[in-house]
Amino acid sequence: MSFSVTEPTKGTKWFAGVFVALYAVITLVPLLWIVATGFKSPADSIAYPPVVVFEPSLEGYVNLFTERTRATPDMLEAAGPAETWYDQITRERGTVISGPSRYGERFLNSVIIGFGSTFLCMALGTMAAYAFSRFKVPLKDDLLFFILSTRMMPPIAVAIPIFLMFRNLGLNDTHLGMILLYTAVNLSLSVWLLKGFIDEIPIEYEEAALIDGYTRFQAFYKVVLPQAATGIASTAIFCLIFAWNEYAFAVLLTSGTAQTAPPFIPTIIGTSGKDWPAVAAGATIFLVPVMVFTILLRKHLLRGITFGAVRK
Amino acid sequence: MAQIHIENVRKDFGSFNAVKSSTFTIEDGEFFMLLGPSGCGKTTTLRMMAGLELPTSGEIYIDGEEVGQKPASQRDIAFVFQMFALYPHMNVGKNISYPLRCQGMSKAAVKKKVGEIAEILGITDILNTPVGGLSGGDRQRVALGRAIVRDPKAFFMDEPLGALDAEFREHMSEELRALHDRMSATTVYVTHDQLEAMQMGDKIVVMNHGSVEQFGVPQDIYDWPATKFVAQFIGSPPMNFLDFNGMIGKGGSEVHLHETTMSIPKSIDGANGALSFGVRPEHVRLDDAAPYRGRVKATEYLGTTQIVTLETANGDLKARVASSDKVTVGDQTGLTFDPRTITLFDAETGAALRSQANEGVLIHG
Repeated sequence: MSFSVTEPTKGTKWFAGVFVALYAVITLVPLLWIVATGFKSPADSIAYPPVVVFEPSLEGYVNLFTERTRATPDMLEAAGPAETWYDQITRERGTVISGPSRYGERFLNSVIIGFGSTFLCMALGTMAAYAFSRFKVPLKDDLLFFILSTRMMPPIAVAIPIFLMFRNLGLNDTHLGMILLYTAVNLSLSVWLLKGFIDEIPIEYEEAALIDGYTRFQAFYKVVLPQAATGIASTAIFCLIFAWNEYAFAVLLTSGTAQTAPPFIPTIIGTSGKDWPAVAAGATIFLVPVMVFTILLRKHLLRGITFGAVRK
Repeated sequence: MAQIHIENVRKDFGSFNAVKSSTFTIEDGEFFMLLGPSGCGKTTTLRMMAGLELPTSGEIYIDGEEVGQKPASQRDIAFVFQMFALYPHMNVGKNISYPLRCQGMSKAAVKKKVGEIAEILGITDILNTPVGGLSGGDRQRVALGRAIVRDPKAFFMDEPLGALDAEFREHMSEELRALHDRMSATTVYVTHDQLEAMQMGDKIVVMNHGSVEQFGVPQDIYDWPATKFVAQFIGSPPMNFLDFNGMIGKGGSEVHLHETTMSIPKSIDGANGALSFGVRPEHVRLDDAAPYRGRVKATEYLGTTQIVTLETANGDLKARVASSDKVTVGDQTGLTFDPRTITLFDAETGAALRSQANEGVLIHG
């Protein structure tokens, strides 16, 4: 019996298009809601029924980045006219800006810790995966199982021991501590994922490179790494998303210098009533780096770079 | 270009012995075939010569220098893989120039050299295309280009035509041989295809179960196999063995096969016991008058010749005779064997008995 691939008819194409669009809308609604809330006034943000069309305001963003103090009308008068657009916005609410908020710092911490641990995790992960894939490692299967077993309970189950350990080592509330922690949690994932990808790369490529005059390490980074780009990109995205979004350890282990954005954002709620627009603005900005990172790496996420170069 | 000599090379993978103490020499400029069934250790031997595996013991000399434990990158050899192993993230030109760029050659010189190679291989027009979409033949040419671009001491090829269609393989093997003659480079070629080995090789090593069975020029190996394995592995259909119990004295030139006296080349050592009488199908003649009898079991028509399967008192036998000969299944017929071509084997060890005819060939080992 033979089958032939049939061209999709106009109807199926339409159906597929509508289906995909619908799915996209459903998954995107919460995201759009957050982005929209960031631009709403506090009143609009809690209006019921929810307002879909509203007058955009930057108040949420201003509140996110500033600390404000309440001011009496006299004080406002004495201060003179607002010098900038954001002064103007706060004064309409009867407050004056007393200084910048800590969101910027926290965001930067997230960037340092998230990307730092992802980088470290990928560097260690690719090399470990390569060794597991290519060399005779004593007790290989047991080691691999041990690495996997570190993920067999939720990381938070060991939060208290880690907290005590970190305190003794002076790693509490440090960037290094958080980078090491997230790297440790992600490493098992990255070793296993990357080993799979590297296993699929025919060993002949490296052998060809070895014969062409490269050392083992040169063959690794000039031939294997480009081949594993797909795997490295997708693994890096997984690692980054985990480290970026991690909340529980961040709450427990950081408070000042190394606090990341996730534990900081909820604190905005408390500072001056329920300031949902500011929270939404914080969340929106928080989404951007992961989005950009994923978009930058998306071409590597497409399979098929190696297609056809080696006949199987 | 270089002479390659391997001496008592052995390779163990854990408790598995892949290659047993092999010794042979590949002369400068030779097209040398490593032939054997899969799992016989031929690829392992080649990989040890290339430095992709390190021998457990023994020495490998390339150009007089002992390189057994040196990494591949220091041996100045080129390797063509069965799977081509083109770098998929580079285009054709980049693939070919990779070894040169790795040596740090200037851009202009690289370009010139790649141009020359592309000319030789007839792939000038695809230099800028990615390797992904190429046909099998073109990929093989690119892989060859990457090998020859460097003027290495020797080329090692691991079943380079194995991944090609049968039709194209013929063409490519001619191309390969022509390329070899043009460059007069020492080439070591691994194959399991005896026809390919006979066609292309200057010399052949036949391996089985990790040991070298025989080593020599194709004609010698075909005519005077050193073991029953070689006799069966080479030639299609393979050599016939008529098993018998008998004896032959030192210097004797006759054996008794089912009460018929057969002339054979003069034996040197003599033998007694279970023997095999080896004769190639083309050296069997059907002759009604002959005393040694056989019954025709089957015939296969092959155009100019036909293969006749006969049942004899010493086992089945195949004869290659002209297709014009009238042969009917079920007929009884007499058989004669060309006495100059007979090899006697010890039926137990499988080793050929030395005779005046094969003495010169068997010395090689």
